[in-house]
Amino acid sequence: MWRFANPAIFYDLAAKASPWAAGISLLLLGLGAYLGLFLSPPDYYQGEIMRIMYVHVPAAWMAMFCYGAMAISSGSGLIWNHPLAYVAAKATAPIGLVFTAIALVTGSIWGKPTWGTWWSWDARMTSVLILLFMYLGYIALWNAIEEPVRAAKTTAILALVGAVNLPIIKFSVDWWNTLHQPASLMRADAPAIHASMLVPLLLMALGFTAFYVWLLLLRMRGEILARRVRGLRLARVQAGQN
Amino acid sequence: MIGAMALLGSAVGLVLFAVRDTLVYFYSPTEVAQKHLPPDRNFRIGGLVEEGSLVRHPDGTNIDFAVTDLQTRIMVRYTGLLPDLFREGKGVVAEGKLDSDGKFIASSVLAKHDENYMPPEVADALKKSGQWVEGEPTHYDPPREKE
Repeated sequence: MWRFANPAIFYDLAAKASPWAAGISLLLLGLGAYLGLFLSPPDYYQGEIMRIMYVHVPAAWMAMFCYGAMAISSGSGLIWNHPLAYVAAKATAPIGLVFTAIALVTGSIWGKPTWGTWWSWDARMTSVLILLFMYLGYIALWNAIEEPVRAAKTTAILALVGAVNLPIIKFSVDWWNTLHQPASLMRADAPAIHASMLVPLLLMALGFTAFYVWLLLLRMRGEILARRVRGLRLARVQAGQN
Repeated sequence: MIGAMALLGSAVGLVLFAVRDTLVYFYSPTEVAQKHLPPDRNFRIGGLVEEGSLVRHPDGTNIDFAVTDLQTRIMVRYTGLLPDLFREGKGVVAEGKLDSDGKFIASSVLAKHDENYMPPEVADALKKSGQWVEGEPTHYDPPREKE
């Protein structure tokens, strides 16, 4: 397995895999959007507005998934000191940030007609807003430290500490009274969502995941190239001095 | 370093545990009755809009309804526009304060949606067969008792 963690080998593999990830994600997102917007029924109570769920829920899942991925690769980076792990963590952050923003904005648009408010400081919404700030802080810290190895280690600690927010987000709707409804799908009982809505939702979720993989591969290749350029520049400067 | 991280993690955990009670977004009618909150304090109550309790006054803006957690009920007076999804038997969160008679004077009313998603035909079929009654506890988890 470590063979694939060699940046040069990974770079070529990623180049081969990314068109596949792109194709799969576009296919799933297209199919999921078509099923969700045209073939699935409206909700008995919320009506058509519930269709925003097909974007909101996968975006919120991915917001948490990306943070989890970031924390795990940061942890692997610290333990095995492998540069590719840090590259993966760094490449994930902006993607997760955008998923979080999408979840917050679509939730707000959904909240106004259903709850009657754009925003309320309940535990679920507040903890997701904190997740947004964690991503922003992580990205800011990467940019604040010039020396890459030190930046990688410091940001990795921040990512790991921030991971405590993930179970809080997930269980906020169970631990506290919230305006946000409890989980419909990932819960102990059977899903509280009808199959005709569940299928497009899962297709969208898989599509979002493939989309993340695609972006991740692109960004990781970019980061590997950037590091190579940096290394070559340093070598040239040193050669010039000698 | 791992020790420092564990320390930070447990600090966050302790802080959260400490503010557990203040993170409460709303109180259930039973909790309001037990806590004897002072009349001038602003807080939120949440529960179901009791079936048959909704009264729209002829002046067009004043609305009375009862919020229940199926144990205790609180009368609520609200002046303003209700959200579209406000219905009897459905979840609601109201913000405001108690007046001297124990009536809750709401300054804002939000509809609380539940986690059930289904097509209209399925909802009708379930209601007809008696497997599910809209607004019944199977459908809505009343807030748990605080220890």
